[in-house]
Amino acid sequence: MSEAAIKRMKDLPSTHLLGTGTPMCAGCGGLEALHEIYDILGTKTVFVNAAGCMTLLSVYPFTPFRGSWLYTAMASAPAGAQGVRDALDILISKGRMPPEEDLATVVLTGDGAAYGMGLSSTSAAIDRGLDFLYICYDNEGYGNTGQQTSAATPHAARTATSGGSRGVPGFKKDLFAIWAAHRPVYVATVIGAEPLDLAKKIEKAKGMTGSRLVIALSPCPTGWEYDPRESVEIGRLAVKTGVWPLKEYVDGEVIHTHVPHPRLPVEEYLKKQGRFRHLFEPVRNAALIDEIQARVDAYWASVS
Amino acid sequence: MKRQLLTGNAAAAWGARLAGVDYVPAFPITPQTEIIETLANWFETGAMDGRLVMFESEHSMVTAAGAAAATGVRVFTASSSQGLLYAMEMVYTVAGWRAPFVMVNVSRGVASPLTLESDHNDIFAARDSGFLQIHCATGQEVLDSILMAYRLGEDARVRLPVMVNMDGFYLSFTREPVELPEPAQVAQFLPPYDAENIRFRASKPISQAVAVLGGAPYSYFRYETHLAALQALVVYDEIEQEFARTFGRTHSAVESYCADDAEVVFFMIGAFATKAKDAVDRLREAGEKVGLVRPRLMRPYPAEAIRRVLAGKQAVAVIDQNLSMGKGGVLHSELASVLYGHKGAPPIIASFIGGLGGRDISAEEFYEIAKQMRQAAATGNTPEPRLLYTQNELRQFRKLQAIAVVERQDLGGGTA
Repeated sequence: MSEAAIKRMKDLPSTHLLGTGTPMCAGCGGLEALHEIYDILGTKTVFVNAAGCMTLLSVYPFTPFRGSWLYTAMASAPAGAQGVRDALDILISKGRMPPEEDLATVVLTGDGAAYGMGLSSTSAAIDRGLDFLYICYDNEGYGNTGQQTSAATPHAARTATSGGSRGVPGFKKDLFAIWAAHRPVYVATVIGAEPLDLAKKIEKAKGMTGSRLVIALSPCPTGWEYDPRESVEIGRLAVKTGVWPLKEYVDGEVIHTHVPHPRLPVEEYLKKQGRFRHLFEPVRNAALIDEIQARVDAYWASVS
Repeated sequence: MKRQLLTGNAAAAWGARLAGVDYVPAFPITPQTEIIETLANWFETGAMDGRLVMFESEHSMVTAAGAAAATGVRVFTASSSQGLLYAMEMVYTVAGWRAPFVMVNVSRGVASPLTLESDHNDIFAARDSGFLQIHCATGQEVLDSILMAYRLGEDARVRLPVMVNMDGFYLSFTREPVELPEPAQVAQFLPPYDAENIRFRASKPISQAVAVLGGAPYSYFRYETHLAALQALVVYDEIEQEFARTFGRTHSAVESYCADDAEVVFFMIGAFATKAKDAVDRLREAGEKVGLVRPRLMRPYPAEAIRRVLAGKQAVAVIDQNLSMGKGGVLHSELASVLYGHKGAPPIIASFIGGLGGRDISAEEFYEIAKQMRQAAATGNTPEPRLLYTQNELRQFRKLQAIAVVERQDLGGGTA
């Protein structure tokens, strides 16, 4: 693919590479993003996976991937990618493998691994300047085990381990900033509901060498409690309300690739999801909704 | 062939160098660090061709080792004790990938309490992982066993990672004369690694280490790994003979020292077995029919060879440098399980725990053990398991505690 081949929706690949019939839930926002990402990355890839929902994509003896796959464990997928990358480099440099047999190393993990258990191995991989692409599908909780609170769970969301009237007391960890603080070549946020923005970023990342990391917010019908057909709409609302800023970090600078204007009230996003229903029923918790709105407002005020 | 004075760690590094390893994922830990420092220097100066990469943990290090092996290069790594335990999830995981590589473990006791010195609880924590295990008693064995381990693990009938174990301090930091084989000889014995179908290539997509659903496919793969490990017994014997032909040294799966006509046998592994050998020599001088049996292979377990060498003995003293809390010595229970019910099995199989956390086993203790074994053989009563600890050690320990209490009182600390 030539440089910046994707400018408009009609430039998006029409051939879809990821197979169907996976055990992912209907309406999985992570799978939506992965389909779009895989179409751009192509099959000369090895996906190094950490424990999470998408571990179930490749269950013996079937896989939806036309390229390669290696499951590792929850904490160390970036280290697995390091081993694969180093081995491929060694084979090429020693003339034991022709360069055309080379593969791009892609780490695929959920937020449970990315924001928590795997953060140390990711940090170290960036330190070493590992040439890889990290894809985090972020469904804001330990989704595969029934949506317990993770470091990615947003403030006030109800989870399987925070069932009270105020939901999760903590705040979503700013993984984008943590990754960017390592000064890798590229960091971005994407969402499957904005396929053009996603495709441009993945295409850009694909053309770079070094550590490239992408967080895909992944609306999750079972964990966020909504009808699967709402996935795309909820994804769009995450962007339109400013809850999920679409941005990228390149050369020490953060650029917002889409500034929602006017921004919709966060309520539009929250009220569609069962995990926030306690903010509206049995009585409206105006203080908490306002607090969430204020936080989003403060973010955009700080970056504009 | 050159003879050099080398530490056990240096012998391990030479083993990796002579094996022509491509890739060394590394993380420091006492008493192993000298191995990776030596290798790092050789990669730096070009004496070795490939890459050594420092990781942020042993968990990541073993992940990378498995991943690189699964991509088709020859991999070496090393760890010890807490590091091995920290990596344990991946030790189990990568064994199932069936991608061979060699990992040296420099045995050291595990916390708590924290210690730096040697025993075998760390390596036995990896016992059921699927890694094969070779246990060494000398520096020469460490070097030779690494070469043998690559042959063994990479054999198409086996395809499993292998751990080569040496005792921390006693072996890792002790200089012994070690013969360095000529690279040409090594090349003849150990051909380049052929990954066959275990590798990632753009033209041949492959999914490795995938999940299974249900007990039947899970059991299928677990049984396959077990059968491959058992197959390694046959392969080991072939390799041992070829090694002997090439280098003129024999490292059998089970070493037998003065055991043929022995009535009483010490049964142990690792560097402390050299102490047992010395005790055997002394006891033989005193006219006692005592011998030593030392398995080098722990996984696969050379059950048949052990039965053969112990057949007809009156008493076996199993000396374990490990302790399974609430049970006892691992070597003891494993030995009993392969002897029980077999014709010629020794009637007395007694358990002694010693050498934990670097604690010495003295010659006198070996003599005492031999004496107890003769008594047991005469009476037919197996003695209770013994935890080796002398009156003097207990006295010194109490003195230490007393000094600490007095110091605290004098300095006005605490409430005592």
